[in-house]
Amino acid sequence: MQKLVRTAVLYTAITSVFLGLVYPLAITAVAHLVFPSQAAGQLLHNSQGELVGSALIGQPFSGPRYFHSRPSAAGAGYDAAASSGSNLAPTNKALIDRVQSSVAAEQAMNHSAAAVPVDLVTASGSGLDPDITPAAAEYQVLRVAAARAIDPARLRLLVQQHTTQRQFGLLGEPRVAVLPLNLALDALLVSR
Amino acid sequence: MTTNGLLQIVVFFAILLVSAKPLGVYIARVFERKRTWLDFALAPMERLLYKATGIDPEKEMRWTEYLAAMLVFSAATFALTYMVERMQHMLPFNPQHLAGVAPALAWNTAVSFTTNTNWQSYSPEGTMSYLTEMLGLASHNFWSAAAGLALAIAFIRGIARREMRTLGNFWADLTRGTLWVLVPLSSVLAIALVSQGVVQNLRSYDTAHLVETQSQTGADGKIATVTTQSIAQGPVASQEAIKMLGTNGGGFFNANSAHPFENPTPLTNLLQMLAIFLIPAALTVTLGQMTGSPKHGWAVFATMSMLWLAGTLLCYHAESQANPLMHGVAQQLTSMQSGGNMEGKEVRFGIANSALFATVTTDASCGAVNAMHDSFTPLGGLVPLVNILLGEVIFGGVGAGMYGMLIFVILAVFIAGLMVGRTPEYFGKKIEAYDVQMAMLYLLIFPLVILGFSAVSVLAPGFGLSSLANHGPHGLSEILYAYTSATGNNGSAFAGLNANTPWYNTSLGIAMFAGRFLMLIPMLAVAGNLAAKKRVPPTAGTFPVTTPLFTVLLTGVIVIVGALTFFPVLALGPVLEHLLLHAGRSF
Repeated sequence: MQKLVRTAVLYTAITSVFLGLVYPLAITAVAHLVFPSQAAGQLLHNSQGELVGSALIGQPFSGPRYFHSRPSAAGAGYDAAASSGSNLAPTNKALIDRVQSSVAAEQAMNHSAAAVPVDLVTASGSGLDPDITPAAAEYQVLRVAAARAIDPARLRLLVQQHTTQRQFGLLGEPRVAVLPLNLALDALLVSR
Repeated sequence: MTTNGLLQIVVFFAILLVSAKPLGVYIARVFERKRTWLDFALAPMERLLYKATGIDPEKEMRWTEYLAAMLVFSAATFALTYMVERMQHMLPFNPQHLAGVAPALAWNTAVSFTTNTNWQSYSPEGTMSYLTEMLGLASHNFWSAAAGLALAIAFIRGIARREMRTLGNFWADLTRGTLWVLVPLSSVLAIALVSQGVVQNLRSYDTAHLVETQSQTGADGKIATVTTQSIAQGPVASQEAIKMLGTNGGGFFNANSAHPFENPTPLTNLLQMLAIFLIPAALTVTLGQMTGSPKHGWAVFATMSMLWLAGTLLCYHAESQANPLMHGVAQQLTSMQSGGNMEGKEVRFGIANSALFATVTTDASCGAVNAMHDSFTPLGGLVPLVNILLGEVIFGGVGAGMYGMLIFVILAVFIAGLMVGRTPEYFGKKIEAYDVQMAMLYLLIFPLVILGFSAVSVLAPGFGLSSLANHGPHGLSEILYAYTSATGNNGSAFAGLNANTPWYNTSLGIAMFAGRFLMLIPMLAVAGNLAAKKRVPPTAGTFPVTTPLFTVLLTGVIVIVGALTFFPVLALGPVLEHLLLHAGRSF
């Protein structure tokens, strides 16, 4: 028994250094050499060099001039140090109330009685979803165009440029990246 | 359901099918100590490790010795993780200066990772330092998976060997599984994940300036202005790879594989799902190789595949449905959205990939999630729950799925023997009273723990019900899911339940412990007993274990045992919730 314990402790000590330190640090080193931007989180900077977010992480938007992201249950909303879904059941009153108030808010802001695309009024699993569906983007086009006084056709083109199709034409779902799209909107204003 | 969605499911399965054979043959070679193309690099490391630890890899162990080695090793790794958690504030790689983990939580987490459960009562980005993630948790992802793999190989040896009292050497199996199987696969997968955007760094969290300043109303009614976003970082890809390959499932972040830094693209999602099933699927081929009956391996593979497909289609169908309680919401499928139940799901995955992931992660004992199961429709959430309740034998955890399935195989062979009134045989080994008693013990510990703890929690408003986030029948589902996940060593959750309380941390810890270690004892006892038996030649009365008839019988046994045990509680949980939802009730 004593020998067994000694073996187990030694084995754990040696393999923990290999699996718990050498392996992750070696992967870190390779990642930095080969894929430096991906390893760092695809961070986005504005023209002043300020960090404004990550291409992969969603951000909250509430005014009429920006495309809105989905509701978020991460911290107070899009807190990327506290990722979380709402974990509300489909039969939970709190979920239904929250969705109905989001529906009312979106319909009021868009001056539209049309049904709101489901992703725009439901919280994502991570609370950090960077994307909305093409349907949710289209739902907001006229409002953003009016708020910025630009031609809706031009705006649709911009949305299309920020739409990612299915990977290899097969995997996942088509989606619009909200933060890069909104950054492009602001850049549009500057360049005019 | 869409054509594209179904096609994605088909592609996933096709890749799995093609990879199972080469990997399964390779795994058999690794454990039979035959030459492989990685020997040049790994054999010297292996020898060095044996020398430093005083292990004699040739020493054969009886089942009791094998069990003892596995238990003592698990205790040692448990102790290391517990200590790293408690002392993380004094150790390096802690850029966020996180405090040491509290004792009850550290205990729960160490049990969780030792048992390959990876249940998480905590939110990682606010609790665990990078060192704890790497040294305390990711290392465990290797150890617990390699230990499971070793046990499955020992069980297969029990079937394949005759008139021997031993099952192999635990340390040699553990080492070869780690070095030859897990480390090479995770290294390749980790780099592939980074290339798609999974982060891998040791920096402190970034602070970004929001593009549009937000004003938020706090709980106290005061309006606060928010101008920044804190972005958690970390050595994620290296951990993500082994989290999937080892069917561990513990997320680097709270949102697990729903988090864009863990699972940024549909391709990473596909790779992660494949990684979960890869080794368990290959083990069916290994079973065929080591028992000298490849067809038996494929018959088992077919059973697993049928149950997987049934779960996937039911879950996909259920999640595609609109929530009848919501109004003014466009939930139908169009060319511009996948529609359906999007609460708790990511847009890039949509319905098909969320349903497939949920099915795969609970068929196996992985427990990683890319969508929140608690927000699934009642029937969509029923699928993951039932998958775990069937014993996680639908491919199952690394190793654990295989030995769990072999217990069902023994039961199926036994039942076939009863039907024709002969002593049942499995590969010429007579299945006798002792084997069936041990198999039944294995099968009964599971519901006893799950239903026992669930019953106590449901009857205790003070410490059981007080943790619920959802009420009505869904509350019962939440509690049932927690103990099912813990006992099944899965680790996924109906995460609305606040499990970071003394009652849940302690009782779930016991459930995880029982689900791993108590169930090992009868399993290894069967293996040891089988190894010692003579092999009798097959006769006209022998039930063949290589035919479609066997596949159907095995599937039937799994479904009937599961249904008989758990139908009453499922009727009161998800089934009742489904009926009430469509009657317009909310809670």
